[in-house]
Amino acid sequence: MHTVIIGNGIAGITCARHLRKNSDEFITVISGETDHFFSRTALMYIFMGHMRYEHTKPYEDWFWSKNRIALKRAWVSAVDTEKRVLQFNDSAQLAYDRLVIATGSRSRTVILDGVNLSGVHTLYSLQDVERLDESTKAVLSSAQGARKAVVVGGGLIGIELCEMFRSRGLEVSMLVREPSFWGNVLSLEEGRLVEVHIRSHGVEVLTETELVSIEGEAGHVSRVRLSSGAEIECSIVALAIGVEPNVNWLQNSGIELGRGVLVDRMFRTNAQDVYAIGDCAEFRDPPSGVAAINQVWYTGRMMGETLSQILIGKDVEYAPGPWFNSAKFFDLEYQTYGQVATVPKPDEQHFFWRDLEGRRSIKVVFDAQQSIFLGINVIGFRVRHELIAAYLEKEATSQEVLKRFER
Amino acid sequence: MVLKGIRYGAAGLVLVAMAVFVILPFVGEFRLTERVFDEVVDASHHEALKSLMHDDFGRTFIGVHGLVNSVNEAVTSWNVAAKAESRWDEVIYADYAFTIAHAAAVGWVVDARWLLFFLVFGLPVIGGLLFIWLSYRDREGVAHHGVFHRALTSRGGVALILGVVLIAFYVVLYWFPAYTVNWVLLVDPISEAISGSQASQWFLYGSMYTLVILVMGVRMLLKYQFSPYHSLRTALLMFFQLCFAFIIPEVLAALNLPAQDLKNIWPLDYSFFFDYRLDAMLDAGTFGFFLLGWGLLLFMVVVPVMTYFYGKRWYCSWVCGCGGLAETAGDPFRQLSDKRLIAWQVERWMVHGVLVFAVLMTLAVLYTYWTGEASLVQVAGWSVSSYDLRSWYGFAIGAAFAGVVGTGFYPFMGNRVWCRFGCPLAAYLGLIQRFRSRFRITTNGGQCISCGNCSTYCEMGIDVRSYAQRGQNIVRSSCVGCGICATVCPRGVLKLENGADDGASRTETKPFVFGNNQIHVNW
Ligand SMILES: Cc1cc2nc3c(=O)[nH]c(=O)nc-3n(C[C@H](O)[C@H](O)[C@H](O)COP(=O)(O)OP(=O)(O)OC[C@H]3O[C@@H](n4cnc5c(N)ncnc54)[C@H](O)[C@@H]3O)c2cc1C
Repeated sequence: MHTVIIGNGIAGITCARHLRKNSDEFITVISGETDHFFSRTALMYIFMGHMRYEHTKPYEDWFWSKNRIALKRAWVSAVDTEKRVLQFNDSAQLAYDRLVIATGSRSRTVILDGVNLSGVHTLYSLQDVERLDESTKAVLSSAQGARKAVVVGGGLIGIELCEMFRSRGLEVSMLVREPSFWGNVLSLEEGRLVEVHIRSHGVEVLTETELVSIEGEAGHVSRVRLSSGAEIECSIVALAIGVEPNVNWLQNSGIELGRGVLVDRMFRTNAQDVYAIGDCAEFRDPPSGVAAINQVWYTGRMMGETLSQILIGKDVEYAPGPWFNSAKFFDLEYQTYGQVATVPKPDEQHFFWRDLEGRRSIKVVFDAQQSIFLGINVIGFRVRHELIAAYLEKEATSQEVLKRFER
Repeated sequence: MVLKGIRYGAAGLVLVAMAVFVILPFVGEFRLTERVFDEVVDASHHEALKSLMHDDFGRTFIGVHGLVNSVNEAVTSWNVAAKAESRWDEVIYADYAFTIAHAAAVGWVVDARWLLFFLVFGLPVIGGLLFIWLSYRDREGVAHHGVFHRALTSRGGVALILGVVLIAFYVVLYWFPAYTVNWVLLVDPISEAISGSQASQWFLYGSMYTLVILVMGVRMLLKYQFSPYHSLRTALLMFFQLCFAFIIPEVLAALNLPAQDLKNIWPLDYSFFFDYRLDAMLDAGTFGFFLLGWGLLLFMVVVPVMTYFYGKRWYCSWVCGCGGLAETAGDPFRQLSDKRLIAWQVERWMVHGVLVFAVLMTLAVLYTYWTGEASLVQVAGWSVSSYDLRSWYGFAIGAAFAGVVGTGFYPFMGNRVWCRFGCPLAAYLGLIQRFRSRFRITTNGGQCISCGNCSTYCEMGIDVRSYAQRGQNIVRSSCVGCGICATVCPRGVLKLENGADDGASRTETKPFVFGNNQIHVNW
């Protein structure tokens, strides 16, 4: 038995490791990006000089051969699910018995004037960071051109890009389409609180503003034009307008695609013995409380764990516990648990508290009728995952939860 | 822009001070006279050395080097002759080079003592504090931008130079103290003011050590001003260094009592049971008995009890002097510790090996103290005495490891090389922490994103991430509980805890990370 996993990200690697623990089959992990598994979430720290690429690898290089997980650095260009063969872009081939597609996401781009100019960036891969680094060095060492970057997108990758550019001394403007930062996840109050903090780190935040076009001189970015009519002189434009499943290369494979690779709750695609997990998978019929596409580290890991059990013959389905996630906005830490909408749904009530300094806030969501705890956002606090998950699972009352925050 | 200029200027002041410091051992005038000789050299050696050194009386040496040569040549030639004729009791072991040079110093270095004192000690304090203030005055969070872009903090050329200077300094301090004499001259007035006697190279070292901890402690206080834990432990380290390691021993010496660092604990304080120290304590009346009792209490009761409740951090990163330097001056280098598995394997053998060596050496010394018998083994004309063990330990562990490698290697291997690989007390504390303590670093459910900041900035080279990403508590004998992993964690995953949990759950491993229900239900 030869199980081949395409993608050495958290999803593919977690699956490979747990499969190895429980089975003796041949395992091959393929990636075109890097030789070894590294932490994508740490890309910003490489750019900022907190770490080197080496430090972002969770396992030492000998780990893979010791655990008999074969690694292959190559880009897969096509899959033949009939013959069970992978085609690489250098025309080599590899046969598999079972295939796991864990090819992650890719950055979304827009069709706009000037997006192909040099100095326009996205942030997803290690190579993206290398390009950002070169571009930034060039801007800092050149006498011409504004020492300024424009970040397009008020979300998690957008704010990371702002911090990255600020760490290297560039001026930064951030364009946010919504009325406040990360407006499709945070409430207006939370977004505002974060904006004040971002501004205190020297970032100009422009809300309800979109990019109209990018202009260049001699093939390089020199200014952007905004929906507000304003223009900003800049040398770098970073697009952080979201990611989409990286599945284009599967167009003609016969594997059914929606936005991602369509799978059931056991990650099975329409093709025999072909599975998909992580950012690139899309549930046809997601378990309750789970989105169709899940693009975070944790879900990639949990899918990898679960699929490893399915591959050794256990009868399990994907069933993560209550949703959780976390992030950091410059110096502000953010955690979320359960279902937290930006504004209260009809049968919900939201309790919101923030301190006067704008460094901490809590938002508790509960059922309006029975006062059952449904979810929580915290900024500037660290709360215990196990504790909150237990509250959510036993349907604790909002009073019980809020009591913990008194003091 | 202006601030940037001032900042560079401040750094410049520190560099100037370093330059003056490095040049000093090569300059100055030393006039050897019969009076100097008579004053310094023990009467019993007058006859032996006077005729040999007589020719140089009245000579003025430029730079200490010539004088050192002259003294050492005289002593060596006397000793060679004495040994050849088996006059063993006439061999001279005293190091006269330092004391003669100290007494023979004349000329501009002595005259310009205060100016030089200002250049060597004043400038770096002023420049350093200014630089630190401008760099860290309003920190709200982690300040690690550019750590791996700067040569000094990523093993670049400047780091190499700094490391070489540090290593050279320790080599001179331990084995060629005569060359420290121009530095010592600068702190003589202070020593005289505190204890009434002239400074030794150890007084010089102690003052520099304390000064560095205080200045770099201010850096820590500012860099981590948003963290109560780091502020408190840094303040404690500064306090213990200034009062316990520096001032109290000097005061005790001035009172003619045994000068002891009351927070130093055997076996880090490896000479605690040496005959001369036991005698000094036993001869010092009630206070001496107190010192002896306190020393025993520390390692027999205080260490296990405190470590049970708080982990070894109570000592290693709140109290200890080596820890004090590592946590302040060493902080810029913490990311250079080796995180590989192989390093952990080496560490375990080495640090526990040193502990065993320290215990055996101490037992041997006590055996000799009680029985008067020095020789331990004699095999085929080859013999080892407790004095041999003592001097090997002092050379290899006390000086070479703790000093030269421990601090000199900061820019290459991080700030805890000694604590991690060599400190016998750390090994002892570590055993308690690993097997009989409540202390652990907990990981918050499934929130780890494996970014690697915790492992990178762990000064002890613990691969913190490997635990965090499995949702397992970090319980490691080497962990000094500095808490930086928790501070640099961008997802709030790590927490230092010592609430009630000393059972099996403390080191439990789970098959899967928290948050994935299906796996838990079906297992
Ligand atoms: C800058 C940044 C910060 C982030 N921060 C967080 C965070 O803080 N928390 C969080 O939860 N999530 C975060 N995420 C999201 C998280 O990183 C992803 O959800 C996760 O990495 C997806 O893992 P994966 O294994 O599905 O795919 P990936 O990590 O994308 O791995 C897929 C791999 O497959 C390779 N590949 C793709 N196609 C092919 C092919 N045809 N042939 C060969 N190889 C191929 C890719 O090059 C890639 O190396 C962040 C993402 C980014 C970009």
